[in-house]
Amino acid sequence: MRHDTKGLIDRTQRRSFTFDGNSYSGFKGDTLASTLLANNVHLVGRSFKYHRPRGIMSDGTQDPNGLVELHQGDQITPNLRLTGQELVNGLDIRSQNHLGSLDWDLLELNDLLSPFLSAGFYYKTFMWPKAFWEKLYEPIIRRAAGLGRLSMANNSDRYEKAFAFCDVLVIGSGPAGLMAALTAAEAGAQVILAEEDFIFGGRLNSETYDVGGTSGHIWAAEQIAKLREMDNVRLMKRTTITGAYDGGTYAAVERVSHHVAQSGDAPLETFWRITARGCVYAAGAMERPIAFQNNDRPGVIMASALRGYLNRYGVAAGKRVVLFGNNDDTFRTAHDLAAAGIHIAAYVDSRADADITGDFPIYKGAHVTNVKGRKRVEAVTITGAGDVMADCLGVSGGYNPTVHLACHMNGRPQWNENIAAFIPTPNMVPGMEVAGAAGGTFSTHGCLKSGVFRAREVLKALGLEARAPAIPKADALQTRIRPLWMVPCKGRAWLDFQNDVTVKDVKLAAQENFKSVEHMKRYTTQGMAPDQGKNSNVNALAVLADATGRGIAETGTTTYRPPYTPVAIAAMGAHGQGAGFAPQRFTTSDKISRDMNAPMIEAGLWYRPSYFPKDGEGHWRQSCDREVAMVRSAVGVADVSTLGKIDIQGPDAGAFLDFLYINTFSTLKPGKVRYGLMLREDGYVMDDGTTACIATNHYVMTTTTAAAGQVMRHLEFVSQCLRPDLDVQFISVTEQWAQFAVAGPKSRDLLAQVLDEPPDLPFMGCGEVSVGGIKARLFRISFSGEHAYELAVPARYGESLFKGVLDKADALGGGAYGMEALNVMRVEKGFLTHSEIDGRVTAGDIGMGAMMSEGKDFIGKTAAQRPGLLEDREELVGLKPVGAVKELNAGAFLFAVEDDPIRETQQGYTTSVAFSPELGMIGLGFLKNGRERHGEVLKLVDHMRQVTTRVEICHPVFLDPEGSKARD
Amino acid sequence: MIDLVAKSPAAGLLPVTVGASTLSEQPVTQIYSIAPFKGAHVSTALKKAVGLGLPNVGGSKSEDGVEILWAARGQYFLIGAKPPPLPAAITDQSDAWCTVALTGENTDHVMARLCPLDIASMEHGDVARSLVGHMSAIIVKRKGGVTLMVFRAFAKTLVHDLQTAMRSVTAQATLPD
Repeated sequence: MRHDTKGLIDRTQRRSFTFDGNSYSGFKGDTLASTLLANNVHLVGRSFKYHRPRGIMSDGTQDPNGLVELHQGDQITPNLRLTGQELVNGLDIRSQNHLGSLDWDLLELNDLLSPFLSAGFYYKTFMWPKAFWEKLYEPIIRRAAGLGRLSMANNSDRYEKAFAFCDVLVIGSGPAGLMAALTAAEAGAQVILAEEDFIFGGRLNSETYDVGGTSGHIWAAEQIAKLREMDNVRLMKRTTITGAYDGGTYAAVERVSHHVAQSGDAPLETFWRITARGCVYAAGAMERPIAFQNNDRPGVIMASALRGYLNRYGVAAGKRVVLFGNNDDTFRTAHDLAAAGIHIAAYVDSRADADITGDFPIYKGAHVTNVKGRKRVEAVTITGAGDVMADCLGVSGGYNPTVHLACHMNGRPQWNENIAAFIPTPNMVPGMEVAGAAGGTFSTHGCLKSGVFRAREVLKALGLEARAPAIPKADALQTRIRPLWMVPCKGRAWLDFQNDVTVKDVKLAAQENFKSVEHMKRYTTQGMAPDQGKNSNVNALAVLADATGRGIAETGTTTYRPPYTPVAIAAMGAHGQGAGFAPQRFTTSDKISRDMNAPMIEAGLWYRPSYFPKDGEGHWRQSCDREVAMVRSAVGVADVSTLGKIDIQGPDAGAFLDFLYINTFSTLKPGKVRYGLMLREDGYVMDDGTTACIATNHYVMTTTTAAAGQVMRHLEFVSQCLRPDLDVQFISVTEQWAQFAVAGPKSRDLLAQVLDEPPDLPFMGCGEVSVGGIKARLFRISFSGEHAYELAVPARYGESLFKGVLDKADALGGGAYGMEALNVMRVEKGFLTHSEIDGRVTAGDIGMGAMMSEGKDFIGKTAAQRPGLLEDREELVGLKPVGAVKELNAGAFLFAVEDDPIRETQQGYTTSVAFSPELGMIGLGFLKNGRERHGEVLKLVDHMRQVTTRVEICHPVFLDPEGSKARD
Repeated sequence: MIDLVAKSPAAGLLPVTVGASTLSEQPVTQIYSIAPFKGAHVSTALKKAVGLGLPNVGGSKSEDGVEILWAARGQYFLIGAKPPPLPAAITDQSDAWCTVALTGENTDHVMARLCPLDIASMEHGDVARSLVGHMSAIIVKRKGGVTLMVFRAFAKTLVHDLQTAMRSVTAQATLPD
């Protein structure tokens, strides 16, 4: 319930949300957790395995129980943390992981079966029969266990990624972080102060003590105001640093708009990569529970959280409170609660010599042994006092410094007996200094001092001089503690609330010889839930240490890995969602092609027209057939700008090409073009294309669209690493030129109308021409087998040229053709694409073994001679259907007619198929020793589509094998 | 004969202003790549012809509307003038690039969403090859903004990505505390 006067909430701004359909109201400054507690709601979820009722346990984002679903339209955000989500009007929050309602969860049956469901139960039980695991056991177990659900709808939320840079990154804005930020800022460093919470100040906002003679939270606000005024300081709240990586890189998630109902164009979250020259890590400490029977009942809450809810939110989590602790810090809770008029039914300290006084019953040297009540604490059993009526139990087992980030580079923290906790080992993350409670300094004064000292250490390493600011006056008392991990009991005492791991489970692990802490973790699943063991790791390993007779230091911790808190995959994958996955490259003819209703197909990052449908054409084949016939009988125009074009110049340009290609280019004369094939270093084919000699020592290499980037990279590697002796320079000119294929028997006529002078080029010739006075390049090359050209103009004129050429082609009975027709014609001619040269074929496989020059060295030459690459290869062949079934499919496999179509009898496969208007279905493929087998009839089996076709093996060039059409 | 009409890479897409940032296309001008051959000294001849020698790695020089950028290893872009014959590989790159200017006080914040570089620490005239979104880019720091060059065919994605970041940054500035 709400306390009348306390809290940092804004009582003038009332807000409400719904939880499982019930409306609850709170104020600006509330979290969902504080709002629920203010409305006396403790039961917020069901546990992972046993479906036990669970309540809010802490006031930080590590809370293991307060995980819920946020519903927005068709979206569900699972595992939202009640303790981290600010209260926003209208949020639709629902509890998760139950069958039936939260109140009546049918799967609570599991809790009754718990004697059978201890750690290792699944491993032992679901072993037999083997086939049952996948089909029966796993689906049932998965249904019963688990946390939030996804809606399975596309994620419509906006996420963002961003980069930031600073000299000093300060993580955490409690007393240590604030002093560190002030020290670094005043020294002139560029500072980023990151705070997970939505107000700065860390623990100071949850405590009542003074700093510098004023209330802690007011002092914190004053320091923030001071920092805000400084140009060299960037304040980032709602920002969790989630990982420490190499080179001073830190990952961070900023919850940009979780706190507003309508975010407009702002993202929900931003995933930051912060590069910092130095870092002060001041993330504080987390209170840990004590394991005793039924310590997981709703209403059992961390002692510090109890006063945190009171001081920061003005919320009393109970009317009759019992406190149970093993350290002096728990006194603060007692005093704050008592001062606020909350009834303390008992104060239980496990230490007989505890130094506490107060106006409430105090039991020293006593334990809480059990909690009564199922969905809410009803009574607490205390040794020596029996059952004490209470509706809330505050627990403190001491504090664990938040060592996580300091350990992210595989460092291990060290055990400190004085505070009974692990503290960071120095220098585990280069450039990081750990300050305040994260380093094991728990007094406020100590934290303030530590912040200054650690910041100065960081600044010193950066070569910056820092004045020591005055340390404000604050409490210097070091809290005393005597370790208490568990209270022996017959029932179950919980360690990991999120994964339902008990003291018994850990002992069982040890008993079954899973004694290493890493083994215990895997055996019990302790520490493997969304909180990653923040509430349970140290307690569990202390129990393990006890069970194995080792010390805690010797037992050690498991590995701390990023992320520190769960990070939405959508945040890490921001900019990669939907079309953001890859940038788009559009040709200069793109708009005209789309205006002609051409469906576009992706080629690498490019978009190319598949075909250009005309009126009355209802099927792509009709358009494609028409386009093929058009090119073969008149003239067609296709945008081929997407092919890679690399300009190569230099005294050694010819030698460079000779080294790259299997055939010789240094002999190519200016004005001539040659087809070339290049291998990878392993002897397999990398790419093919034509290279034109523009002038002496000046070439333009053409690559396939898909491999343009790969070939460019290859050229860089060869030039920089393999042949730095060669004097050659090269640069991509792909985008400089808009290039169009003009193919067909009327191509020359068409160009005569387009160019300022009629073309006069021999086959495989090239030269400079002009179009409307603009200098252009003309190549007489053919990928269709027709008399054909490629005309290149500076890209700014591309659209205009395409339009002009199409207008004139129309009068000749010609027009535009797309990728489908282009593909049909190249299959008819047996020309190759990356369907054939897919990285697994050799020059010999595609019938070009003889092109490999003997008189020079080239990349892949030696490797191409190795055993396995020469003999018994699958070779390029043509395929024609000869039976009743005419269907050919790419990707289908070849078998002898009499063989079973199984892997062992497979003899080859198809790579490309096409319907040739002239020849019917034809295909290209690879067949074992295929060149010698022309005329053989085989069976082509497409297992996917269940099609079997009889095919005759033939030469891969179906049309005009002499190439006379292209040459004429 | 055909009369050819020039079209700029981002025609119809720019300029755009969102909040305090403006994105505009730079006019298509002459761009030539210059990559000196081994041991060749081109600065003197270049300076004589166009008034500028080669800049340092990561730098640029400009004068009277002519600019020369370091563009890659051993490679420079001369903008706004045609180079004389030089002992270097020279190619016409005038049509290969979409060049845009991002200006306004939000420039660094917008760039932080798309580029892994610390734009704020660059000096005016500094040049870097890096990424803008998923695209390889030439980035030139300017007084009051940056100039970005990506391959011409990326124009639409470049404008889309920058516009999205501009909107986001502008929207974030208006969110309640």
